[in-house]
Amino acid sequence: MLDTVHRIETPEGVDLDLRVAGPAVRFVAWGIDLLVRFLIGGAIAVPLAVFGNFGMGMFLIVMFLLEWFYPVLFEVLSHGATPGKKALRLQVVHQDGTPVGWLSSILRNLLRAADFLPVVYGFGLASMIATRSFQRLGDLAAGTLVVYRDELRGAILMPSVMPRPAPLPLKLAEQRAVIAFGQRAPTLPPARTQELASLAAPLVAAEPARPADPVQHLYAIAAWLVGRRVAG
Amino acid sequence: MDQETFVRRAEERWRSFAVALDQLSGSARRGGADFPRLYRSICHDLALARERQFDAHLVDRLNSLALRGHQQLYRPVTPSWQRMVGFWARDLPRSVWREAPFVLVAGLIFYGAGLLLAGLVQLYPDLVHAVLDPGEVASLEAMYDPSSPHHLRPRGADTDAAMFGFYIRNNIGIGFRTFAGGIFLGLGSLFFLVFNGVVLGVVGGHLVQIGFGETFGSFVVGHGALELQAIVLAAAAGLRLGWPLLSPGAARRIDALRGGASAAVPLLYGATTLFFLAAGVEAFWSASVLVPARIKFIVGGVLWVITALYFATARRRDGP
Repeated sequence: MLDTVHRIETPEGVDLDLRVAGPAVRFVAWGIDLLVRFLIGGAIAVPLAVFGNFGMGMFLIVMFLLEWFYPVLFEVLSHGATPGKKALRLQVVHQDGTPVGWLSSILRNLLRAADFLPVVYGFGLASMIATRSFQRLGDLAAGTLVVYRDELRGAILMPSVMPRPAPLPLKLAEQRAVIAFGQRAPTLPPARTQELASLAAPLVAAEPARPADPVQHLYAIAAWLVGRRVAG
Repeated sequence: MDQETFVRRAEERWRSFAVALDQLSGSARRGGADFPRLYRSICHDLALARERQFDAHLVDRLNSLALRGHQQLYRPVTPSWQRMVGFWARDLPRSVWREAPFVLVAGLIFYGAGLLLAGLVQLYPDLVHAVLDPGEVASLEAMYDPSSPHHLRPRGADTDAAMFGFYIRNNIGIGFRTFAGGIFLGLGSLFFLVFNGVVLGVVGGHLVQIGFGETFGSFVVGHGALELQAIVLAAAAGLRLGWPLLSPGAARRIDALRGGASAAVPLLYGATTLFFLAAGVEAFWSASVLVPARIKFIVGGVLWVITALYFATARRRDGP
């Protein structure tokens, strides 16, 4: 299935799902970091300017650290997230889901120099498109992923209806499909919404109350499945 | 057991686990004696909820709890001071020997290109104009002209500091790019290696050929001992990174790449250290006009011997 879930198996024998982040959101995070880096550099340049040539030397070292080690320090010391990633609720983790360490963070960030070629992350984007979990070259070499910080999703974006339980027991994959319908269908044309809802005919037919509108009925089940119990 | 009963029985445990996670958040501790047991019970709950096809929101919540526990428990260790000192004392020269083929190939290409071009410039002096443009040649000649007055004027310590910053940013940056270029089947590293070898060879050869050899030689001999080796190590790290893509052996190419990357990192750290030391020597010693050329040659020679001994003696200590 075409999906952005990366499944890992822990030593405890249970599978955990990670949701990997795509190129667009990561590019925005990079833009935020560029701005933050620029501001930090500017804030340090002002006091150093007093010291003339000596200050110039210090400033060049600060620039060097900001260029190469700004992401490393934040990723290792601050939950795998630079300020830009934190703002977009992203996080760098190893492929096995463990927090990123010094070695892999240094690798993935030094290899930015290769990902950045030929223009503004050209190779990085090509690599992300070609790999299943959106990994740029640095991620491939370091064995890292950029994932969404796990949080309770789902309740957002759901139409406000009175939740009701499904009339039949649903498998987890089926539940996910109904939830996805509830989240995405409001953005689709009405005809397409109706067409998709008709695929779930057994779910509507099993309802003793005989709902007039299958779409609203599915919305209500979706709201129940994400844990809502009152209209809202 | 239906979902309601399941939640009612376990709710208390999930809450206390979430509280423990919040308390541990950001700290390097792995949690109290109770933490691993609690974590395993959450994993069990998650497996059970998935197996019974309980509600998606419940599965998501447990997945989130288990993932946070997983990340708290399997935290990478931060290297200690002892390990970092041990790296410079033992591990760095050892890994140079372990990756000897890559270091050797990089060294032969770099020094081969440099010496070849330096020799060719002696035979065909006009070759310098094929590599450098007239402006560069003129400024080079002005810089190393023994009769130029700037060799008598001491420069301030503040200028030394500015040059130190410049060398750090510029040279280590080039080292990192040389390494990163290695991911393109090693070609990027080879490009930087040949390019630097050719330019340095032509520059040195030209200055010797027009009789400025002593001013140039006394300037570069000190930091050259460190910096030239740093260039070789950075490129060797790049080749180590890219080679498994060409020749992955029994592993998948992607896994081979990851193995190559971790094997390359010690070489990269070594290159960074050498670049850093070289920047210090170049900024605060090489350009000093107070030190006679003879002393610079002696000190430079000593630095070459120390660098060579540092890497050479590791083999013996490595044991059979």
